[in-house]
Amino acid sequence: MSTATADLNPAPAEPAVNYLNNSYGIKSWLLTFDHKRIGLLYLASITVMFLVGGVAATLMRLHLVEPQGALFEPETYNKMFSTHGIIMVFFFLVPSIPATLGNFLIPLMIGARDVAFPKLNLMSWYIFITGASLALYGTISGGVDTGWTFYPPYSSLYSQTHVVPVAMGIFIAGFSSILTGLNFIVTIHKMRAPGMTWFRLPLFIWAMYATSLIFVLGTPVIAITLFLLALERLLHVGIFDPAVGGDPLLFQHLFWFYSHPAVYIMILPGMGVISELITAFSRKKIFGYSFVAFSSLSIAVISFIVWGHHMFVTGQSIYAGLVFSVLSFLVAIPSAVKVFNWTATLYRGSISYEAPMLYALGFIGLFTIGGLTGLFLASLATDVHLNGTYFIVAHFHYIMVGGAVMAYLGGIHFWWPKISGRLYPDMWARISAAIIFLGFNLTFFPQFMLGYLGMPRRYAVYPAEFQVLNVLSSAGASILGIGYIIPLIYLTWSMRYGPVAGPNPWKAKGLEWTTQSPPLPENFEEIPIVTEDAYNYPAIEPHEYPNAPGVARV
Amino acid sequence: MHRGWPVSEMAAHAAHPPGFAHQFETVEQQREAGTLGMWIFLATEILFFGGMFTSYIIYRALHLPSFVMGSHELIVKFGATNTAVLICSSLTMALSIRTAQTGGSKRKIIFWLILTMILGAAFLAIKLRYEWYRDYTEGLIPGVSWLPGGTHTPGVKMFMCFYFFMTGLHALHMVVGLGILTVLVLMTARNRFSSEYYAPLEISGLYWHFVDIVWIFLFPLLYLIGGRYPGS
Repeated sequence: MSTATADLNPAPAEPAVNYLNNSYGIKSWLLTFDHKRIGLLYLASITVMFLVGGVAATLMRLHLVEPQGALFEPETYNKMFSTHGIIMVFFFLVPSIPATLGNFLIPLMIGARDVAFPKLNLMSWYIFITGASLALYGTISGGVDTGWTFYPPYSSLYSQTHVVPVAMGIFIAGFSSILTGLNFIVTIHKMRAPGMTWFRLPLFIWAMYATSLIFVLGTPVIAITLFLLALERLLHVGIFDPAVGGDPLLFQHLFWFYSHPAVYIMILPGMGVISELITAFSRKKIFGYSFVAFSSLSIAVISFIVWGHHMFVTGQSIYAGLVFSVLSFLVAIPSAVKVFNWTATLYRGSISYEAPMLYALGFIGLFTIGGLTGLFLASLATDVHLNGTYFIVAHFHYIMVGGAVMAYLGGIHFWWPKISGRLYPDMWARISAAIIFLGFNLTFFPQFMLGYLGMPRRYAVYPAEFQVLNVLSSAGASILGIGYIIPLIYLTWSMRYGPVAGPNPWKAKGLEWTTQSPPLPENFEEIPIVTEDAYNYPAIEPHEYPNAPGVARV
Repeated sequence: MHRGWPVSEMAAHAAHPPGFAHQFETVEQQREAGTLGMWIFLATEILFFGGMFTSYIIYRALHLPSFVMGSHELIVKFGATNTAVLICSSLTMALSIRTAQTGGSKRKIIFWLILTMILGAAFLAIKLRYEWYRDYTEGLIPGVSWLPGGTHTPGVKMFMCFYFFMTGLHALHMVVGLGILTVLVLMTARNRFSSEYYAPLEISGLYWHFVDIVWIFLFPLLYLIGGRYPGS
């Protein structure tokens, strides 16, 4: 094993052959079947999408500094928030952790040489790029003003904007999700190393499995819905247009049948990452392994039966509303199980505060706020007051940004030494984690208050009494923006100038840490045999805690 | 068993059939993975068509008289013929797999595969020539050639929309299936299959049967239900 040589040698040398240097040139990347390289292709593409969506968000927040709007015409503002939502949801958050970390880590974590269908994996990336290009083309050639939800008749009768290319872009990118999910499910079922039983799997794998189920079962429904919408516009026939007997509410049902589970596509992988980080940095076995594992599955299952809570005030029957309200409360149970189990894992652990752990702790707090405010919205009576206000905006950003993006960044920081073989400057990473946490709260906490006070979302102007809170939120957004740019700089820097990481700089458990960094093209010299449970951390004294991660301070 | 590098060492694995992929440990594992993958893909397809079936059923309930009127524009005998053609093609597909499984000659496998392709092509030909082309000339295609008669309410137009979306999507799947069958014929001709290794045939068979089953649901939903016959 390569670890043996690393132990003898205190300053680990870069492995001679790894997946990054076994072939060179643009062709070796664009035609690769290696799941690790495909993960990096996704990482580069979704980073571009994140920047596009982020610029749109920054411009929105700048516009809202003044009550009458500082920058745009209302139509342009509408296009700006639609672009932000569409790009961030469909082209950043949905593929974020699964397509990058999932692709990179699943075979490594289960002890396989690759995913089950490597060619299909590369095809998924090309499909994603095709969809993303089409959506970007629609955005650049004029954009859409429908919001990310494409509700008819905004998207059918009253829209003069480029709905068809953007909707078809999402339709195409959906197949990338479906094929990725299919690949992951088969890989997890059939490719596990000897001894890697279901209940020895890292919890990240359980989370990815649950996510893949939603990919496979949810995405086709939105695909067909957006397809119908595009056909309606192209052929001028009535599917959702009430003028010819169509039912706009049917669109909302079909849309949310996918898009509510999609919320869990965004948060479940993050929960998986957090389980890995919490155990690694408190050096303890997870508290209640099987509860955490099954809570992922039950979140995936429940996510399919709660979509109606998006339509409490849009004409759905009150009895359906009651049922959906009760069902929505059920999601709180597995979510709370996870939060309590992470906290119980921290209890009496040997906790250390490296950058990934800061993200993980931030996640727990922000996810809890985001989740609890979700209960306000699942209650029928309070939802009538809060629906369509900034309270909703704040709630889902606490889940999607405070939750999913924090976990994504935490995961990137945790596995960066494995991905790149190099360490990044830990102090910069801690500083940027703190900046992101502060900037995030300053941006979105005022929006809870704005929403409660009655400021509606998606408006380009607002009454002057809301200006102070809006300015606070915009100030937070600029801090948050800086927080996102710093990691981009030092992670890029570290690829060339960072110290060599060695196979396991965090002294973490898990098969991915037993192979060299960066891993071999086929991951392992020999397929490992697993003989122990996940997170089998030894009970050690604090002074024995290796300061290896600290050497990252350069 | 040590397999470090995929390409150079593949030659050493003469025991494995040519289709064996480096990421697997055994042929059995590869076969199971392929089959599971196809079943999951079919689950996706069910949800894909499911969104359309759901919309169709809801609108049918909302606009029942128009949908019945629209259904009467379709010609049952062609739909029924096509149903029979597709069921036969499923039989020939199953026989091609059975032939491979029992070690039949490659000529026999190719015979059954080609027969499946002929039946699939016959389905598409009937659909195009006797149904869609007729709809085109009679002005029954919304957005393309729509000549509304006196009795054609907006609901009829909506029915025809669904009819073309659903049968069109199904026909698209048939075309993909014919492409897959072409590849299978070529693979068989190159001696890729034996009684030990015929997984691609089996997996493609799953897809072909699935496309048939979709039609089995489409035929009654579009052609048969809705007052065409007394007592229904």
